[in-house]
Amino acid sequence: MSTTTTSGAVTPGSPILQAKNVTKTFGGAGGKMTAVDDVSVDFHAGKVLAVVGESGSGKSTLARMLLRLLPVTSGQILYQGRDVTNIRGSELRRYWTDVQAVFQDPFASFNQFFTVGQMLRRSIRLAGRSQGESDDALIERCLGYVGLKPDEAMAKFPHQMSGGQRQRVMVARALMMSPKVLLADEATSMLDASLRVNVLNVLQDLRSELDLTVLFITHDIGQACYLADEVVVMEHGVIVEQGATDEVIFNPQNDYTKRLLSDVPDLKGSLKSR
Amino acid sequence: MSSDNILVRATNVNASYATNTGQDVPAVDAVSLEIAEGQILGLAGESGCGKSTLGNALAMIANPPLYVLSGELQIADRTIDLSTLDKGAEARHRAFRGDYVSLLPQGAMNSISPTLRIRDLVVDVVRGQDRSRSRDEALDLARDRLKQLGMPVRVLDQYAHQLSGGMRQRMVTVISTLLNPRLLIADEPTSALDVSSQKALIEMLLQMVEQKVMGAAIFITHDLPVLSMVTDQIAIMYAGRIIETGPTAELVHRARHPYTSALVSAVLDPTEETRHKRVAGIPGSPPNLASPPSGCRFHPRCAFATEICTREVPPLVVEGEHSSACWWAKDHPNEPVPLPDPVSLEGLAS
Repeated sequence: MSTTTTSGAVTPGSPILQAKNVTKTFGGAGGKMTAVDDVSVDFHAGKVLAVVGESGSGKSTLARMLLRLLPVTSGQILYQGRDVTNIRGSELRRYWTDVQAVFQDPFASFNQFFTVGQMLRRSIRLAGRSQGESDDALIERCLGYVGLKPDEAMAKFPHQMSGGQRQRVMVARALMMSPKVLLADEATSMLDASLRVNVLNVLQDLRSELDLTVLFITHDIGQACYLADEVVVMEHGVIVEQGATDEVIFNPQNDYTKRLLSDVPDLKGSLKSR
Repeated sequence: MSSDNILVRATNVNASYATNTGQDVPAVDAVSLEIAEGQILGLAGESGCGKSTLGNALAMIANPPLYVLSGELQIADRTIDLSTLDKGAEARHRAFRGDYVSLLPQGAMNSISPTLRIRDLVVDVVRGQDRSRSRDEALDLARDRLKQLGMPVRVLDQYAHQLSGGMRQRMVTVISTLLNPRLLIADEPTSALDVSSQKALIEMLLQMVEQKVMGAAIFITHDLPVLSMVTDQIAIMYAGRIIETGPTAELVHRARHPYTSALVSAVLDPTEETRHKRVAGIPGSPPNLASPPSGCRFHPRCAFATEICTREVPPLVVEGEHSSACWWAKDHPNEPVPLPDPVSLEGLAS
């Protein structure tokens, strides 16, 4: 996918997407609630960054702001060094092509009356995207990335696939836009462990093969540990710890991170304590 | 498991979903299991393996299109016919719900009425089961139970939206066991909770079993790490059948069925080991129960499958408390399944 790897004014190692002092407040006057409080994160090109936190930590709110699905209360979002906090119209559409998302529920994100092939063709039309490649060739290539057999998968209806396969179709759909950033918001939480690993492996391969930047939002430290290069830990809307995965998970400094880690049910570890 | 303190024994449970094509889909196929007094049995498997259906059949809440074709449940001194085919089934089963078997269904915490206080739910549940109890008696029961478990009593005066998800789940668990059922069946009680709330719920369940709030429990989930914290025994289901049962530690460390072994190796514990290896998931997807594979139902996805697995249903290999339905296990007595080699993604069929 040469179009994704070469373009963009980003030098390796520099942040492709940045949140600068981003704050989100819900409600007014009496019931004011700060979901994300002065958060700054850099997302480096070609890396997987995991945002970890319990429910209510503000990790999904942060994701929605980065996706420009939710306006920020204050702060800035920079994409390739450019301020995209308030872009609109065609500029915003271009941003949405570059920054794609896969959401939590693989059962809610499909129209049950369309086959995978029909759904993906409609997505291309919706994006109004015209490149040299024919629609079907593009679909086949992207289904190939996620380890699905194009001819089989395109003829299938959503109910004929497992959750893991659906979620891989959603990743393929995102990839058709040749994104530079893929945001996965709890994308594997609803899958069985056995299928979850397959989706995580797809994300890992895309990172290395397509140089894709992956933002992986999860409450599961095990998944973050497996996949991420860097980890950000959030609590009540604030980043309490961030750094390289090995540092944060195996040598946590913050009390909250330590508690979170000690609460994780560890298959082999918890047996020992019984 | 010594046979003298068995509290719950289910024998030959068969349950099917009727479809409008006229073909029945057998979701639970000749399942038998037993649980000793004071123990928690884990029921694990992928989505669609029939674990929730089995839970519903045992809790006697099977409603069309689900039909329990046969099955017997022995609890303490009573034997119950689980079948729902005859007209008298509902009346027969009603007597056992609540007192003998209590089900905590999936997503129960979201079913608390938003317009009623928790105490109203308590009264509804207790009086729904036993009309002779007054409102005050029901509330006294709940207050005592909450104190006993070290939980705040003021929760009874609150509404569902005032409670966190974890607290709501703990409350429905407490309420569903107010009448001290002999058997509690908890279906995915921890799945929607974050790790800290999961831990709190697990600790509460262990406490409840210890204090003999219920005689025994079945814990249904696909989450093996959670199961390893809470259960004494685990039964693994695949495509409607139980394919391996054994003591929790045995099953995790010395799996005798390739499916169990694959499930265990797909678990991502946050450890150095996970960080630096590539884990292979299970290739393919669970079979369609309307037309399950011949022989061993796992054979199309199994790394150890041989010719006989495709033809004949595997025998149950029993070794002490550990039993496994597998041809490989039969040929390799007392040997744990070797961990699968990492598989590259290209090898995975869609």
